[in-house]
Amino acid sequence: MRALVWHGKEDIRCDTVSDPEIEHSRDAIIKVSSCAICGSDLHLFHNYIPALMPGDIMGHEAMGEVVEVGTRAKSKLKKGDRVVVPFTIFCGECEQCKRGNFSVCERSNRKKYLAEKAFGHSTSGLFGYTHLTGGYPGGQAEYLRVPFADMTHIKVPDSLSDEQVLFLSDILPTGWQAAVQCEIEPDDTVAVWGGGPVGQMAIRSAMLQGARQVIAIDCVAERLSMAEAAGAITINFEEESVVTRLNELTGGKGPQKCIDAVGLESHVSMGQPDTIYDRAKQMMMMENDRPHVLREMIYVCRPGGIISIPGVYSGLVDKIPMGQAMNKGLTFRMGQTHVKRWTDELLRLIEEGHIDPSFVITHTASLDQGPDMYKLFRDKQDSCIKVVLKP
Amino acid sequence: MNFLSNLTRSQGDPRVIKTGPSSLSSSDRLTRGLGWFSLGLGLTQVIAPARVVQWLGMRGKESVVRACGVREIGSGLLTLSIDKRAGLASRVAGDGLDIALLLSALAPANRQRGYASLALAVVGGVALLDIAAAQAQARRHSRVSGPARDYRDRSGFPKGVESARKAWKTVVGSPLGTHGTPNSSPEKQDAGAGKTIPTGN
Repeated sequence: MRALVWHGKEDIRCDTVSDPEIEHSRDAIIKVSSCAICGSDLHLFHNYIPALMPGDIMGHEAMGEVVEVGTRAKSKLKKGDRVVVPFTIFCGECEQCKRGNFSVCERSNRKKYLAEKAFGHSTSGLFGYTHLTGGYPGGQAEYLRVPFADMTHIKVPDSLSDEQVLFLSDILPTGWQAAVQCEIEPDDTVAVWGGGPVGQMAIRSAMLQGARQVIAIDCVAERLSMAEAAGAITINFEEESVVTRLNELTGGKGPQKCIDAVGLESHVSMGQPDTIYDRAKQMMMMENDRPHVLREMIYVCRPGGIISIPGVYSGLVDKIPMGQAMNKGLTFRMGQTHVKRWTDELLRLIEEGHIDPSFVITHTASLDQGPDMYKLFRDKQDSCIKVVLKP
Repeated sequence: MNFLSNLTRSQGDPRVIKTGPSSLSSSDRLTRGLGWFSLGLGLTQVIAPARVVQWLGMRGKESVVRACGVREIGSGLLTLSIDKRAGLASRVAGDGLDIALLLSALAPANRQRGYASLALAVVGGVALLDIAAAQAQARRHSRVSGPARDYRDRSGFPKGVESARKAWKTVVGSPLGTHGTPNSSPEKQDAGAGKTIPTGN
């Protein structure tokens, strides 16, 4: 089969690879009909997240048709079922899964010894996302082996298009969880840093969950226009001060809820000297991530507020003002998404026509064009916000 | 490398049979080569400045050569990073400084000026490569100037945001702001606690 394979920093190729095989009785094989490039794939593309190896297949947003089912998965899946694959692999039986904490499933990371060394405890297995999370081959391929497939799937009806349901795999529940973590109240202002795909979903989720006003912060015009479409107020941080503008919009009190949909690769600019400091340290391998957004959120968030972090961080960050955070009594919530926890209600909203996540797709291409699409997405060329690939 | 990484894969994992075209272009590879060259040259200048000044007939300028080495290492790291364009710009600027320094070594009194001329020619050639790579990277990675596409017609709410808000309240079955996580339920918090979970797969 063909698959997008990582060969090194910024080196992705559409390779011919052997077909995946059922390894375990709870596995299933999916014939991928659609998959997408996620913003966090770019962290892997840039080799910022450790333990990716040459030959690893990329991708954790995929859906398709079940073509092979292991014996123990047959009670829940059959050939021909149309499923979206959550990017967090979960067993459904461990203590964390029973609590709904699927992204920290205790059993699905087959290389948990690596995760335990790096994180202290293992988290769940993830598709196409380094050997710290199991080293499972990803979904930017013609076929995908899904471990624990009897649990790790979302059945979707034929009446909905791939484009409408594909993002149940990651970005829609990720944006949704980011907003849920904020415990939004009707008079809340929610500020969302980053207008990429997760940021767009977080903006809409905050709107749906009842925020009085949602403010989107980015420097890319087309992303800001997409945020405006959902009713958000926008701030272009290259044209105005984020702190000043947020205070203006909140009567000087700051937003009650802040969402970091940027993560470890904050935009580097002369106007934000700490980003240059972070970039220099990152290059010297003295710091993993660039946490400018975290610093800004802590500074501007209203005392007693909540900071929600769906953006991916990989390791050590520097100069986090914990004194500000502690004295302001801020609450931090973060984590990989417990996808399956949210998908029932989100699928129902999609089916009833209240949400159509396909709004975010700006480019559709074949798998062969994948390497070029990575560059297009990374460089934000041709007003690219989200790429869907058709294997 | 694929052979080694394949050793870490399980039996059912796909393995690379034939590689396709890379996302790296020829200009990316040239840039990478220049980055490694920068690192190599910089390390040489930092580790053995006396040899360099002896070869070029620039005795007494060891500290200048060492400083150039530190600059080269910085440029090399930047050029090998994803901020290639900044790295190449720093290399072009560094080429200018190197050329100025080598011109000062072409004085008739310098018995090593032949080697200095050779070094000058090499730096000139590398400078041309740096400029070519910088221009190629600018063409390849720049966003095209001009008006951005306008996505203000993409709300994602086919029936409007108010309708979606009402629907969400119905789906969740609780008033806004009280939508808790499963952790907020004591019943779910207790579920599964204390059980021994076998590992597998």
